[in-house]
Amino acid sequence: MEATSARVMTAEGYLAPPPTPHHYEGNPAAHKHAVRFGMWLFLATEILLFAGLFVGYAVFRTDFPEAFDQAARHLSLFLGTTNTLLLLTSSLTVALAHHNAEHGKNRNAFWLLLVSIAMGGGFLCIKAIEYTEKFREGALPGRFFAFSEITAPGGPMFYVVYFFATGLHALHVIVGMSLLTWVAIRCWHKEFSPTHYAPVENAGLYWHLVDLVWIFLYPLLYLV
Amino acid sequence: MSSSASSAAAGGPAVFPEHHYLNNGTTVRSWLLTLDHKRIALLYLSVVMVSFLLGGIFAMVIRLELLTPGPTIIEALTYNRMFTLHGVVMIFLFMIPAIPAVFGNFFLPIMIGAKDVAFPRWNLVSFYLYFAGAVLALWGMLNGGTDTGWTFYTPYSTTTAQGVLPVLLGVFVIGFSSILTGLNFIVTIHTLRAPGITWFKLPLFIWALYGTAIIQVLATPVIGLVAMLVAAESAFGFGFFDPARGGDPVLFQHLFWFYSHPAVYIMVLPAMGVISETISAYSRKNIFGYSMIAASSLGIAFVGFFAWGHHLFTSGQSAFDAGAFAVISMLVGVFTAIKVFNWVGTLYKGAIAFTAPYAYICGFLFFLVFGGMTGIALATVSLDIHWQDTYFVVAHFHFIMVGAVIMGFLAGLHYWFPKMFGRTYHEGWALVSAALIVLGFNATFIPQFLLGNAGMPRRYYEYPERFQALNVASTAGSSLLAIGFIIIAIYLGFALKYGPVAGPNPWGSRGYEWMTPSPPPTENFDVTPTFAHPPHDYTEDAVGDPDFAHARTT
Ligand SMILES: [Cu+2]
Repeated sequence: MEATSARVMTAEGYLAPPPTPHHYEGNPAAHKHAVRFGMWLFLATEILLFAGLFVGYAVFRTDFPEAFDQAARHLSLFLGTTNTLLLLTSSLTVALAHHNAEHGKNRNAFWLLLVSIAMGGGFLCIKAIEYTEKFREGALPGRFFAFSEITAPGGPMFYVVYFFATGLHALHVIVGMSLLTWVAIRCWHKEFSPTHYAPVENAGLYWHLVDLVWIFLYPLLYLV
Repeated sequence: MSSSASSAAAGGPAVFPEHHYLNNGTTVRSWLLTLDHKRIALLYLSVVMVSFLLGGIFAMVIRLELLTPGPTIIEALTYNRMFTLHGVVMIFLFMIPAIPAVFGNFFLPIMIGAKDVAFPRWNLVSFYLYFAGAVLALWGMLNGGTDTGWTFYTPYSTTTAQGVLPVLLGVFVIGFSSILTGLNFIVTIHTLRAPGITWFKLPLFIWALYGTAIIQVLATPVIGLVAMLVAAESAFGFGFFDPARGGDPVLFQHLFWFYSHPAVYIMVLPAMGVISETISAYSRKNIFGYSMIAASSLGIAFVGFFAWGHHLFTSGQSAFDAGAFAVISMLVGVFTAIKVFNWVGTLYKGAIAFTAPYAYICGFLFFLVFGGMTGIALATVSLDIHWQDTYFVVAHFHFIMVGAVIMGFLAGLHYWFPKMFGRTYHEGWALVSAALIVLGFNATFIPQFLLGNAGMPRRYYEYPERFQALNVASTAGSSLLAIGFIIIAIYLGFALKYGPVAGPNPWGSRGYEWMTPSPPPTENFDVTPTFAHPPHDYTEDAVGDPDFAHARTT
């Protein structure tokens, strides 16, 4: 981002867009397409990453339907649902931030991103409360499992899937929050304009993916 | 036209261009922090060559150990570590990045008339991830004494006392690098084709890289997940793959081979791309069946995703699953055969120049067909039960993955050497080493086919007396191979500095990359080229004239 300091403020109240990289010279549309396309491909890899875990879920659920049933009923439906609502709402605010950035309304985008980051933080706090409860109960994976209320065989396997999937997801929430913080700072500096808003769009896409993964995890772990 | 190109066209001796990517900045920093795809390719080349040397040394130690039925030079545990080192280094550090990250990085932008790949910074990040992952994996194996083999099968890998964590982390990081390279290539091919290069004017090497990149992007995340799961399990005893806790070791095999079978095509498809380029150049003939070769690259990439179950024939898969995976695996043979027929069709009535790269093309065709046919045999469930986990399998995948890939890599290295470094090598020595390598490779692995068929299992430290003759033959063959590679290192090293100046197009090739000076300028082309002809087009009269440049420049 060396170019940032040299960029000038336009009359509309945002910085002039950075020049198109030299290997895309004369074809800014192709560059825009490339940046967006690259992000979509990256999201595809993320889906494949979680797909392996979903396969694991399917295998162990088929092996131990009863234990999965019992364990699911020991998760807090209230906390899980609250978290789902938090993430869904944050996805909305991120989409609105994208819309505002696209129209050069950097300040609006900044506040919307801040709200989204706060909701991501809220999600993590609730997740931490849930984890603490599981640790207290001994509802843990593998050799750490010591939860007497699950009588059916295969209880530890539920918690392997549970902790691995939600842990990996939480990691993605943290990465997503960092990305949103990064673009929020750039919004504060009024960097985005109708011709330059790809970072907001891509950070937003990542956040939507984090949301999407949770939309699958929530019913599989809490509801089914 | 550049000065060198025009002087060559005028019939004078080729002149080394004054400004090119190699001398545009000579500081260490200008190399280590470069965003030029050509320099990044050379960074990759240097690390890939060191990895190949290490993997080769490990292989020689294994072969020497197997010279006699009992203990020969190392202990049993060292032997296990040695084949792990050999497998991990050769697969993850050498073969997966070899052709895409070196020749792909160097030539993909040039072949589509672009100045660089879509994301030059990510390209450099990809190199450093690869480097970090390679160092981590190597250090992990040498220090921790990993003895699981490159497949990390559970439950052994999660219970062995030898360290597996750093290697798995290294594999994870290298996977990230591979994903970034593939992603970069796909976006580059979509968005940076010069005006005039339509999808069906893409050189076939680009089509092969495109198919490879799709596999890299879609399959690699799964090996990343598997590496994480195995690491977590060996560290914390989670039991994901441990039957004692309700886990499923066969699930590991499914997830592992979901990546590792398509990974074979990450290695072989680019080699096939190199062969499509070189076979046309050295037979001075239009490629036969361009669209069929391009389509079969995508076909292999697609079908390759659904064939992984052929590694689980004896793991308790249902008979139906085994049958289905067998049929799908054989489909790969159909697509490969389409390519082979088209290559042979290209040779037919061509004006063949028997150069070193051509020798490698011949070797490639032999290894691909022989390895492929044994692959079809192995995909036959009933036969596989006899050969599973024997040297027959070892010989088969060395023919396909190693034989074919090394042939493609060496064909590409010799074909493109003048373009990359502006100088030519000694053809006589090149032919000698090519002969040594092709013969040595056969001598190494044909005995292993026989050993496997006679029942010698893979990865065993000791074997019965009656297997010794064939093992000695195999070790002798691998020594020939080693000599061949040493000769290459000597004459190419010599040519780097003292080789005759190549000029822009020493082969008279019609590939787009030969339209620019050798070595190319940092911006790839001195003048913006137009691409009036399809790739691999040898139809005009001037074919064979090395100074003929078939593309007009504006
Ligand atoms: Cu396979």
